[in-house]
Amino acid sequence: MTYIQLSYGNLVLPALLVVIDGVLSLVLRLKLEKQLAIATVRMVVQLVLVGYVLTFLFTAVSPVWTALAALIMVLFASREIVARQKRRLTGVWKYGLGATCTLLAAGTITMFALLTELRPDPWYHPRYALPLLGMMLGNTMTGVSLGLDVLTNSLVRERTAVEACLALGGTRHQALLPIIRDALRSGFMPIMNSMAAIGLVSLPGMMTGQILAGVEPVDAVKYQLLIMFLIAGGTGLGTLAAVLGGARLLTDHRHRLRLDRILTEN
Amino acid sequence: MLTVNGLKRLHLCVSFDLQDGECVALQGPSGVGKTLLLRSIADLDPNEGTVKLDGTLREAMPAPAWRRRVTYLAAEPGWWSDTVREHFTAWDDALPLVTRLGLPDDCGPWSIQRLSTGERQRLGLVRALVLRSRVLLLDEPTSALDPASVTAVEALIAERIANGTSVLWSTHDHGQARRVGSRIFAMKSDGGIEESRP
Repeated sequence: MTYIQLSYGNLVLPALLVVIDGVLSLVLRLKLEKQLAIATVRMVVQLVLVGYVLTFLFTAVSPVWTALAALIMVLFASREIVARQKRRLTGVWKYGLGATCTLLAAGTITMFALLTELRPDPWYHPRYALPLLGMMLGNTMTGVSLGLDVLTNSLVRERTAVEACLALGGTRHQALLPIIRDALRSGFMPIMNSMAAIGLVSLPGMMTGQILAGVEPVDAVKYQLLIMFLIAGGTGLGTLAAVLGGARLLTDHRHRLRLDRILTEN
Repeated sequence: MLTVNGLKRLHLCVSFDLQDGECVALQGPSGVGKTLLLRSIADLDPNEGTVKLDGTLREAMPAPAWRRRVTYLAAEPGWWSDTVREHFTAWDDALPLVTRLGLPDDCGPWSIQRLSTGERQRLGLVRALVLRSRVLLLDEPTSALDPASVTAVEALIAERIANGTSVLWSTHDHGQARRVGSRIFAMKSDGGIEESRP
């Protein structure tokens, strides 16, 4: 494996491209220059930090440090899920539901991959565990937040239909089933779309990265296939848990629709 | 007999009995809590108090079973499928009622989207009537209907009442309240009810 190493100096010229974007924004009065500057600085700082953190983790190979890093990733993911919801749940479930389902699905699938197919030594080696968990979290998060968003929005919009079914003696399961189906469909859609387009329209970042680092394309493809299968499984599991959990939280034991458990701040 | 004792929901606090084969008209200005009361009896909103049917507490049975006996019909009934027929478990049972309320017998495959407000209200009523509930909680069931349809609905409900169904009928129409109700409950803004005879 050989690859061309970059120095920080190699990044100066490409970074000018972002400056051109900024100039464009100024000239055309897009008012994006401030946002663009902040985003660029954030990106540089975050990535450089992550580089050092990963270097530390890879030399330490400590279960405690790896678990801590994983925990922080999950916390950021659950914050992101909440940020993507138009309507949020009240109480502990505001963060709890998305976080639990994402952690459950991404964690289970990551462990599954580590213990059955990849088998690094030790199994929690951060070089494998953390990138894998990161990819799982990112994709599961998308499914979970889309599913929950459709669930809560549809329940608010279709309230009379749901309550008509309940008033006629339908169970909460019967009354919510059409909406649960819609929510699950929306949650699954992104991963299915990306599976269909992969290789033709898009070359996934991980595979490109491996190829640039000198890995044989066919080997990189195998890795990518593994990741895609894992992502599909994780998204399915997480979305299912989140939508069913959400449907349960928004109804009660007397089969009532409890929209009072949705916050509507914006 | 439906027994409501100390039913509390927001500002509401109500107690009354509803005999078998009795129809009570519920009146009061908009926003006073008529819908809240009907929904609470059907246990569609969290509420306190004891509500019994023939001495059996509603908590003694699953909520869906309670609502098949004590059925709430919203003023604007909701629809969860695309066509009329999909909302009925036994369309053939519903057909005689559908035609009696002045709708054609081929309206089964009609799309819900193309129904008028009045058609929706009548079909919503039929959908509730086929359950043959012991108690009907009707929330302005004729608010969107023309006079001929109102007469048809009142006659149909009167038959059910004669057969022993109890009805709590919310209406803004004083004439209708006098026609259908053997008693009239006027809801007051403090959350209580005042009983009178027509």
